[in-house]
Amino acid sequence: MATVTFDHVTKKYGEVVAVDDFTLQIQDGEFMVFVGPSGCGKTTSLRMIAGLEDITTGTLAIGDKVVNDIPPKDRDIAMVFQSYALYPHMSVFDNLAFGLKLRKVDKKEIDRRVKEAAETIQLTNLLQRKPKELSGGQRQRVALGRAIVREPAVFLMDEPLSNLDAKLRVQTRAEIARLHQRLKTTIVYVTHDQVEAMTMGQRIAVMSQAKLQQVGPPQELYDHPANKFVAGFIGSPSMNFLPVELSGSGETAVLRTDGLQIPLPSHYRSAVGAVTGGRFVIGIRPEHLDVAPLSGPSTTVQARADVVEYLGNEELLHVEIAGTDVVAVVSADRRVRPDDVLTVHLPLDKMHLFDAETELNLPRSAA
Amino acid sequence: MTTATATAGARPGGARPAPRLLRRLPLHLVIVLLMVVWLIPTIGLLVNSFRPPEALTQSGWWTAIFSPSQFTLDNYAHVLAQSDISAGFVNSLFISIPATVIPIMVAAFAAYAFAWMSFPGRDLLFIAVVGLLVVPLQSTFIPILQLFGPKGVNIAGSFLAVWLAHTGYGLPFAIFLLRNFMGELPREVFESAAIDGASPVTAFFRLALPMTVPAIAALAIFQFLFVWNDLLVALIYLGAQNPDNKPLTIVVSNLVSSLGGGWQYLAAAAFVTMAVPLAVFLGLQRYFVRGIVGGSVKG
Repeated sequence: MATVTFDHVTKKYGEVVAVDDFTLQIQDGEFMVFVGPSGCGKTTSLRMIAGLEDITTGTLAIGDKVVNDIPPKDRDIAMVFQSYALYPHMSVFDNLAFGLKLRKVDKKEIDRRVKEAAETIQLTNLLQRKPKELSGGQRQRVALGRAIVREPAVFLMDEPLSNLDAKLRVQTRAEIARLHQRLKTTIVYVTHDQVEAMTMGQRIAVMSQAKLQQVGPPQELYDHPANKFVAGFIGSPSMNFLPVELSGSGETAVLRTDGLQIPLPSHYRSAVGAVTGGRFVIGIRPEHLDVAPLSGPSTTVQARADVVEYLGNEELLHVEIAGTDVVAVVSADRRVRPDDVLTVHLPLDKMHLFDAETELNLPRSAA
Repeated sequence: MTTATATAGARPGGARPAPRLLRRLPLHLVIVLLMVVWLIPTIGLLVNSFRPPEALTQSGWWTAIFSPSQFTLDNYAHVLAQSDISAGFVNSLFISIPATVIPIMVAAFAAYAFAWMSFPGRDLLFIAVVGLLVVPLQSTFIPILQLFGPKGVNIAGSFLAVWLAHTGYGLPFAIFLLRNFMGELPREVFESAAIDGASPVTAFFRLALPMTVPAIAALAIFQFLFVWNDLLVALIYLGAQNPDNKPLTIVVSNLVSSLGGGWQYLAAAAFVTMAVPLAVFLGLQRYFVRGIVGGSVKG
């Protein structure tokens, strides 16, 4: 087991910056998820831990050893690839045993560890099969097993579930989480799927455009996104954004947009003063909107339902507010029909306010 | 598959599609016809190899099909009775096997390096190798023979000379083919091996080589056939200098007198020499099956 420490790590391909000044400390035994849209640098960061990419500047340490110039095989890591990367001409047993054989592990010990890993991933009766005789889910488990059997200090996983179908993905997701609870080994997990990130990660590092945007436990990212990108990326469906302008001050301050006036939530009163220009973006999560009165402080707006997506337990309503398509998740008992005119309740206490220029979330005051 | 679904599904109103065999009949007829046309000269040669020389000069081979009584094994008996033939057979094997194994081994090393290792000038070197594909073999005879001759390394007339010559002539294509095949192998497999602790040498022998078996099998067949059938290179580098090392091709061509007499033996000899390439092809063709890489990565 080990920590992984990025210290101002930058990776450039020629002029293109793939990872920009990345600093992050991953704790011993932690399940850390790197999440972000494609091309954000998350996989490159993972490959730098593996030693498959050189580091342009900065230092990377596994445990207390700087590994910048240490080859992959000496880093005490194991990696699960998106494409599985199994050895096609070897049986499952040999796939698992390959790394151990190369390390000259005693034959009996290899046998014991392969059997143990095979039990963990429930492949004991498939050990003699070749990869091409296995289903996608089984191949994925072999790839996992090949990592487990090595008993590394750090597991690296590069979108290991993206080639599985939806049902298998949910299943394997739970298996990996269970595996982590049992082995308590540091895991660095890369995904572009925020649901995977939220369900699996103890902490999540959100990346975008080569930069680390925010690191924190899932709940913190959800409740207190540092900026508009994180707010929009975490949570499904995405947070609604409405550009607004501030007018008035003190208790009478309002956020105005086309045909809509929202009183400035009290906890943002002190923060808005620091922003020049008075242009902001309101962020409200779909699940915080409702067509029935809310318990906390709220405001209402009339809107017409455009599209209604029925999901069984809930409905996704698309309504137009101030010229913007806004999504609300409401209980399916509301029975909203397209073209219904609704009173939408906006919660003031759960509203986020972003600076339109910097896109940063404004700090809340206790009041 | 389609037929099965259609008949089992019993689509109402839809006409029942013709059985698969019937629908493909025209295609099969065309293929069979083409193969027959293609094979006619070989069939003619085969028939003639069983006919006495007088019959050969009097009528075409197709007339013999209807009177099989005149068939004889004399030609084969004569050919196999030649002491040169068995020696030539052994010599041919002794030339062909190393002249197939050496270039493929060297080419596999080179291909792996060209595909998966980075070193300065890699692409330029590869372009140079590909460029060698267009050098005509004949233009190299004099300089190489000078090098192999008494004023050079003095190996002309020995088996080593032919092995080296065939290796040189075979390498550009072999490297080209194997590099392209190895370049298509999934990168992640090699990355995974590097993390597992494999050095480039281990990765080559334990992964790249086994995964390249289909290409190597194809190449082995081509190279073996080329060397086995070769008359020119053998004649240049050893035939003239050392009669003891003559391969089958030289022996067979010597069966015919310079005036063209005795060509009925040629037909029989051709089928004798054909036995080995046929065995090689049948032995290796199962490696051609696609999908030996299947299961490594998704897709």
